[in-house]
Amino acid sequence: MTVTETPFTGGIVGKPRLRREDPALLTGEAKFIDDLQIPGALWLACVRSPYAHARITGIDTSAALAIAGVVAVYTGEDLADAWAAPLPCAWPVTDDMKNPAHYPIAQGKANYAGDIVAVVVAESRYAAADGIEGVVVDYEPLEAVVTIEDAETDRLVIHDDCGTNVSYVWELTPEPDAVTAAFAAAEHHITETFVHQRLIPTAMEPRGVAAVPAPHNGDMTLYSSTQIPHVLRVMAALTVGIPEQKLRVIAPSVGGGFGCKLNVYAEEILCIVLAQRHGVPVRWTEGRTEAAGSTVHGRAQRQTIELAADADGKLTAVRATLLADMGAYLQLVAPGVPLLGAFLYHGLYDVPVYSFTCKSVFTNLTPTDAYRGAGRPEATYAIERAMDALAVAVGVGQDEIRSRNFIPTEKFPYDSPAGLIFDSGNYQPTLDRAKELIDWDGRRAEQAERRAAGSTTHLGLGISSYVEMCGLAPSRTLAALNYGAGGWESATVRILPTCKVQVVTGATPHGQGHETCWSMIVADQLGIDPDDVEVLHSDTSISPLGMDTYGSRSLAVGGTAIWMATEQVIDKARAIAAHMLEANADDLEFAGGTFSVRGSPDKEVPLAGVAFGAFTAHDLPDGMEPNLQAQVTFDPSNFVFPFGTHIAVVEVDEATGAVELLDYAAVDDCGNQINPLIVEGQLHGGIVQGIAQALWEDAAYDADGQCRAANLADYLVPSAAECIDMKLDHTVTPSPSNPMGVKGIGEAGTIASTPAVMNAVVDALRPMGITDITMPASPMTVRRAIEAAQGGSA
Amino acid sequence: MIPAAVDYVLADSAEAAIAALTEAGDEAKLLAGGQSLVPLMRLRLATPSVLIDIGRLDDLSGISIDGDTVSIGALTTHSALEHSADLAAACPLLAHVAAQVGDPAVRHRGTLGGSLAHADPASDLPAAVLALGGTLVASGPGGSREIAATDFFTGFLESALGPDELLTEVRVPVSTGGWCYQKFNRRAQDWAIVGVVVAEAGAGVALVNMGSTPLRASGVEAAVAGGASAGDAAAVAADGTEPPTDNNADGDYRAHLARVLTERALTAAGA
Amino acid sequence: MEVSVTVNGTVRSADVEPRTLLVHYLRDVLGLTGTNIGCDTSSCGACTVLVDGRSAKSCTLLAAQVDGADVTTIEGLAGPDGLHPMQQAFHECHALQCGYCTPGMVMAAVSLLDEYDDIDADGVRVGLEGNLCRCTGYQNIVAAVLAAGE
Repeated sequence: MTVTETPFTGGIVGKPRLRREDPALLTGEAKFIDDLQIPGALWLACVRSPYAHARITGIDTSAALAIAGVVAVYTGEDLADAWAAPLPCAWPVTDDMKNPAHYPIAQGKANYAGDIVAVVVAESRYAAADGIEGVVVDYEPLEAVVTIEDAETDRLVIHDDCGTNVSYVWELTPEPDAVTAAFAAAEHHITETFVHQRLIPTAMEPRGVAAVPAPHNGDMTLYSSTQIPHVLRVMAALTVGIPEQKLRVIAPSVGGGFGCKLNVYAEEILCIVLAQRHGVPVRWTEGRTEAAGSTVHGRAQRQTIELAADADGKLTAVRATLLADMGAYLQLVAPGVPLLGAFLYHGLYDVPVYSFTCKSVFTNLTPTDAYRGAGRPEATYAIERAMDALAVAVGVGQDEIRSRNFIPTEKFPYDSPAGLIFDSGNYQPTLDRAKELIDWDGRRAEQAERRAAGSTTHLGLGISSYVEMCGLAPSRTLAALNYGAGGWESATVRILPTCKVQVVTGATPHGQGHETCWSMIVADQLGIDPDDVEVLHSDTSISPLGMDTYGSRSLAVGGTAIWMATEQVIDKARAIAAHMLEANADDLEFAGGTFSVRGSPDKEVPLAGVAFGAFTAHDLPDGMEPNLQAQVTFDPSNFVFPFGTHIAVVEVDEATGAVELLDYAAVDDCGNQINPLIVEGQLHGGIVQGIAQALWEDAAYDADGQCRAANLADYLVPSAAECIDMKLDHTVTPSPSNPMGVKGIGEAGTIASTPAVMNAVVDALRPMGITDITMPASPMTVRRAIEAAQGGSA
Repeated sequence: MIPAAVDYVLADSAEAAIAALTEAGDEAKLLAGGQSLVPLMRLRLATPSVLIDIGRLDDLSGISIDGDTVSIGALTTHSALEHSADLAAACPLLAHVAAQVGDPAVRHRGTLGGSLAHADPASDLPAAVLALGGTLVASGPGGSREIAATDFFTGFLESALGPDELLTEVRVPVSTGGWCYQKFNRRAQDWAIVGVVVAEAGAGVALVNMGSTPLRASGVEAAVAGGASAGDAAAVAADGTEPPTDNNADGDYRAHLARVLTERALTAAGA
Repeated sequence: MEVSVTVNGTVRSADVEPRTLLVHYLRDVLGLTGTNIGCDTSSCGACTVLVDGRSAKSCTLLAAQVDGADVTTIEGLAGPDGLHPMQQAFHECHALQCGYCTPGMVMAAVSLLDEYDDIDADGVRVGLEGNLCRCTGYQNIVAAVLAAGE
């Protein structure tokens, strides 16, 4: 559909390739954290506050210590001197951000249901579970702050040392007067308020940790089900106070993350400290119900978005105001999560002026942090829901209002009103193709027929066009946002003596298929079989440099580092080949894994010959180091900006309020694709995760701060039975920000799908006068809206 | 999560199970398929001191049809009910409802007797047996007795079974008249938010998850018997109920659903 | 108590507490860690194994309950000739990503095809209602199960 420029000529990149990761995962050979057999390990179990807010007035550990198999019990006081620093928050988004001290075990007061108040160390997981039942904690329950609206008032301040529940206020208002003027002059002024419920990320593998000490030489190996072994090593070393080089972090097979394993958690620090103390391994595996209070939640914000538009519906300004829930403490990157959306509340529309403000508050609930999309799903939801409202106000179709406002293709690279540079885009074709896939006109006709016939099963169509910023991130941009680290990624590419290749990556997979994709890139460049490329990762002793996997960054940043390192290896190989062929390096062609002299096809040497020559080093050019290897750390110049259009068709049963998803089409553009199989899989899963926010999932809390959906019987992760087959297509608009022309695709599906479904639900009900449904669109919620609209009860 | 420590007795006969129950007192729990009990034990919401495993009592499993009566051993699994050609012919409603329980893995292990004895108002099968006008057979130290399904469910997770009694058999009449089960939930694997079972074209109607026990909708039955339309009969479906409130529904919404689903079920069942 | 189970064709026995869950018996006692644990409410199906040929959630069974039974875990599925057709179909259809739900999903799918004849896509979707996957959106899982059934 679009002209495709790709640097790949090897015939491997761009074609679907089955994953090399699969056989181990399909047979039980893969080792997840709890699968590790660790002789002599003690088991940790955590006594967690059942109260959202309570003073701890006494802890009696004697009964627990009497239980067979229980080795020790520790309270916050017992370990008060064990920490060199509190649990880290690496993103102080403002200079005056309030960040209450957060230690692995609470002392004096528990600030959410799930806050650890004591830990048990025992000889087995069963004994540890028994042990926590034996710890008697006296609590003086306190009133809890459970809503962001309540928190904002400071009626009840959670952290005395902060003096307020407001952690920070962050503003992006480059031209405040221009925004005011635009709204004053607007023909249409749309104001919409939406709520993003709390979500529980729910990687299918619960978290787990094992700390294995070497007491005599001081080494510590930390196994953790984490997305971020590299970041964790730095942060854990600082938190525990052990030298960074003495801490090795290994992420074994990791069963999904979705952002919730992008953190530094109390249990990781506790296992290290207790392994030091006991001189033996200490391990912990999370229970699913426990996870509602031990692993971060996502979303949880209220957003008000205002659109100013002229009479034709052309946007003239966008203003967004957020109130975000941080939970009880600031986790690793939590303050920055709303800000990852801060630049995108105008979506993919050409808007002259822009304003964004976010206030983030503490509540007595489980801390929040990154969850698939992190800030961009929220932004996309706001603008896409509001665009539908604008379409109604202007009196044009939902498709037309978008077409009128898309950033025109000729404006790329586009200077956004929020100060970003959108790298490349061509939006209209994705809308056109999605309409075609979904039979837009046919469905609209069917909807009209049903309405005319007085049907009580209402059809709704919802569009969501999106752009997102990913490939985190240019380090200088992160510096401007006060992020505590860089956004580079590291790679080493090494050709072994037998022409097999070793790739070392700092990107840490947890299901994405990095090994397969990285091997494809390198094999395509080198003209060899992907099976001859080994990919090493997830162990700080094997891959010491890395910034890990989140923010759809692995390919655009980590993959680029690999591509660049491979190019460097080829350059070196070319020099050696030229020496071997007694030719000028500039006269050599490299194709199909062989160097040949241009115009003299008989003069050639295969890469294998060069690799062996580089290994033996018997006859290298003067001054050249032996071996073929290169190490690259790539720091991108810009984010990448994938985009697309998704359309959902739903049916709403007026009598019950039940919403059924009938059809779904998605047309996405992530630039050049390395492995279309992986792209499709990421989209499938991402789309369903976003639909789940729209229709099912809700980490609902009661007025006392108790999570009413703490386990998978109550927290409605959908099954195959609730989902449908999706229709996918794509366009290709390469990114100019990296040499492969790639963009991320890990979060796009989730970013796009939630507003598509909610727009469809509202579209179905709009003739009744309904303009919003609170997520999730549960049958009761929908039915209540219908009853209210019909002016009576059932 | 991990169950609390518990003693275990494997019963090799119904008599042995009853003897073990009598000896252990009310700290004992019978273990059949365990599909309700084991999850409660994992969350330590149930902490029996002894489990009496009746899961191997094969003579308490099986379906037989004698004249107008279908007799089903208490340990017959949901899966066996679902796949029984005899049951599909004699009482298709029960076979269908069994196929709606939990998921396939649960149905392979869960038993009819276990489901009834657990007496969960949100379960499918208790309401089906109620709508069918079934009879339950309990054995205790003093011998066997029959309990009408209408008398069996006495409270939330409570039944008329004595602490030393064992459910051995469930009898339902052969029933091939119009039937329907309307199960309303948000995910296929979940318990019904509300369910409505209609047997014999509305002669038997029972409600799932509309109170502390599975409920017989006698008002609906009477209306149907009196010749009311499906809509009119369904209008009284929630009368006298005290439906629970949870994440998915409050009482008012459940009452509304009961009416909507009853009308649909009656219509489908040809009432 | 002594619990003896034929696991993947071999009789295994161990002295365990009566409360021992089958999944812990398999994982911690026998070292067969392919069977995973994803929840504590019998909801996710990650722990699905075959007991006497039919799917069962091994976190919702005590080891004692299957004393004497025949249990097949994911480790017992592939044969000397390679992957079981269901495993192969999952691979070829890209029906797994992180792979944590996969052993349970595969075992549930094997049982499903054995239990229901002529199953279609809707039947597969409903039949896998008790197995949750967070990565794939299920589309390729359904395709894989249908492919394996052909």
